[in-house]
Amino acid sequence: MEKFKYIKSTAALIAKENIDTDQIIPARFLKATSRAGFGENLFRDWRYHADGSLKEDFVLNTHPYPSKILVAGKNFGCGSSREHAAWALVDFGFRVVVSAYFADIFKNNALNNGLLPVQVSEAFSEVLIQKLKSNEATELEVDLDTQSIHIAGTEEKELFEINSYKKYCLQNGLDDIDFLLDNRSEIEAYEASEKKKSWVAFY
Amino acid sequence: MTSAKTLFDKIWDRHRVRSVEDGPDILYIDRHFIHEVTTPQAFDGLRKRGIGVLRPQQTVATADHNVPTKDQHLPIQEALSRKQVEKLTENCAEFGIELYGLGHPYQGIVHVIGPELGITRPGMTIVCGDSHTSTHGAFGCIAFGIGTSEVEQVLATQCILQKRPKNMKIEVNGSLRDDVTAKDLILYLISKLGTGGGTGHFVEFCGSAIRALSMEQRMTVCNMAIEMGARGGLIAADEKTFEYLKGRTFAPQGEQWEAALEDWKQLHTDEGALFDSVHTFDAIDIEPMITFGTHPGMGTSISAGIPHSEDPSFLSSLDYMNFQPGQQLLGHPIDYVFIGSCTNSRIEDLRAVARLAKGRRKADNVEVWIVPGSKQVEEQAKAEGLDRVFEEAGFELRQAGCSACLGMNEDKVPAGKYCVSTSNRNFEGRQGPGARTLLASPETAAAAAITGKIMPAHALTHPEHYNLSPA
Ligand code: SF4
Repeated sequence: MEKFKYIKSTAALIAKENIDTDQIIPARFLKATSRAGFGENLFRDWRYHADGSLKEDFVLNTHPYPSKILVAGKNFGCGSSREHAAWALVDFGFRVVVSAYFADIFKNNALNNGLLPVQVSEAFSEVLIQKLKSNEATELEVDLDTQSIHIAGTEEKELFEINSYKKYCLQNGLDDIDFLLDNRSEIEAYEASEKKKSWVAFY
Repeated sequence: MTSAKTLFDKIWDRHRVRSVEDGPDILYIDRHFIHEVTTPQAFDGLRKRGIGVLRPQQTVATADHNVPTKDQHLPIQEALSRKQVEKLTENCAEFGIELYGLGHPYQGIVHVIGPELGITRPGMTIVCGDSHTSTHGAFGCIAFGIGTSEVEQVLATQCILQKRPKNMKIEVNGSLRDDVTAKDLILYLISKLGTGGGTGHFVEFCGSAIRALSMEQRMTVCNMAIEMGARGGLIAADEKTFEYLKGRTFAPQGEQWEAALEDWKQLHTDEGALFDSVHTFDAIDIEPMITFGTHPGMGTSISAGIPHSEDPSFLSSLDYMNFQPGQQLLGHPIDYVFIGSCTNSRIEDLRAVARLAKGRRKADNVEVWIVPGSKQVEEQAKAEGLDRVFEEAGFELRQAGCSACLGMNEDKVPAGKYCVSTSNRNFEGRQGPGARTLLASPETAAAAAITGKIMPAHALTHPEHYNLSPA
């Protein structure tokens, strides 16, 4: 997993609420058996016509900047648990998604792939959306150390929350499996413990 | 401080190996279900790390998302789908995991087979790389969907790193009207609480209306808990749960059954336990429901029609559906009916549809697919003669799989067509690019199949109150 510390970038704006993972990557593109290449079909049905030509009015086709940040309406990533949604966003080049809130499974999937979900207040989200609508060259700064998101060149700034374990993982590019594997003896001790034996899930 | 605990907390605490300081808990997982779509990358991860599956006997695999629902004895036509299913077969063989693949008598949608085989049981922790894992919560266990990295964690360590969610209680009191189903109940709750209403929470459903539901109906409710944003839903086990499980293929037997029962009976929320949030509803307020938009929160009672709103997301949703604010839904012509998915593809659902279809014929303007949730449901339906009822009605009974629920396999709804579907998601393109999905109960779907329009089942039994002239 790639480390994350600080990013300054323009941002692509999709102001829609409830962007579900079927929009981020439709099911018919989930057939690959590796993690690579999903970016090509990111927001497939919003980005392309049925014949494969680009839709001229969709932000990822019109935005003149290679943005590392996606700003979206609230409840981003709802629906299916497909991690392919996070892979597609990362593969496309995004490192940060900003929304007033995220679906729980998506949030975990993003964090497990070095994609930072920045949850902002609805008020700040509104400021951000208006700012990006009025000037698509607006740059945002996201600093994981100070847990802050800042509209560059303005006073507009907000702090965001992140669990300190997850923060540490992102800062150091570590993933959960390494951590769990290090806990293997504790897991085995738990399996053998009275606590475990006292109930009956194993029958 | 009270020591009274919620059911959710009791089960969670039993499975907590330890808490990471300022971080998540290490949660032990009893059962892991896997399918072809969300696992190939997880197995590759294991190979890259040079490690195996820690407890292969606690994982069970099936092929469901990508499989055709016709001619399952033939090789899968579509190359990529076939490859994914083959990969699953290879991975299961290599890592020693039991696979109920195509052709196996236990094959089916992962959330249908777990309960019907008695693998899903009270008090367990269950995960699967699929958001509707919440279905299993109907048995009084903690069950939730995970991503592929997490699938890899569970394969490697039988544990998952997870922040403890908050507790929400949803109490539904009173009795449902005779013409109102569990599907209407959950669509109603989501329409009230919104698709983000449960974010960060695990929901315990309780109250007399929930108690009165059969196990299969409880599964329908828990299945869609995820659609209100909740991590999962659960319902405390009771006599109905025990009755359902007794004698199932992998259910405990003899002394073990007795010991299990004794334990399961302890598994309920203590009097006075505190929830982070509580919502209370009256069952009598609920009418037959249908969705009209592009997320499951956009639902209404069939008779009420589409509400008014100026919200841009709402309007763009209606635009996709080619509906107007304030429009009546009753009598609107439809093109497809899909009865299936992990929400409503069990034998009780098929029986309910057959009851309404018996002696009737589908409308000419609709195509009707009935897709059983599992091979066992399919066999049972045939044993009960439901297949003949469907055939006479012009409904097509297919073979087990996810089918038109997600537009991934061959079963897709064409662009612009309306489909009354018993599945759980009406997202843009969910049933195929441009498809327009209307979520409803199996009973409402049956009425739509027969009348060719949006109609409640009541229209079949009381036609004098409705305009049933051909669509
Ligand atoms: S039936 Fe639909 S919702 Fe259920 S597991 Fe299959 S694709 Fe997912």
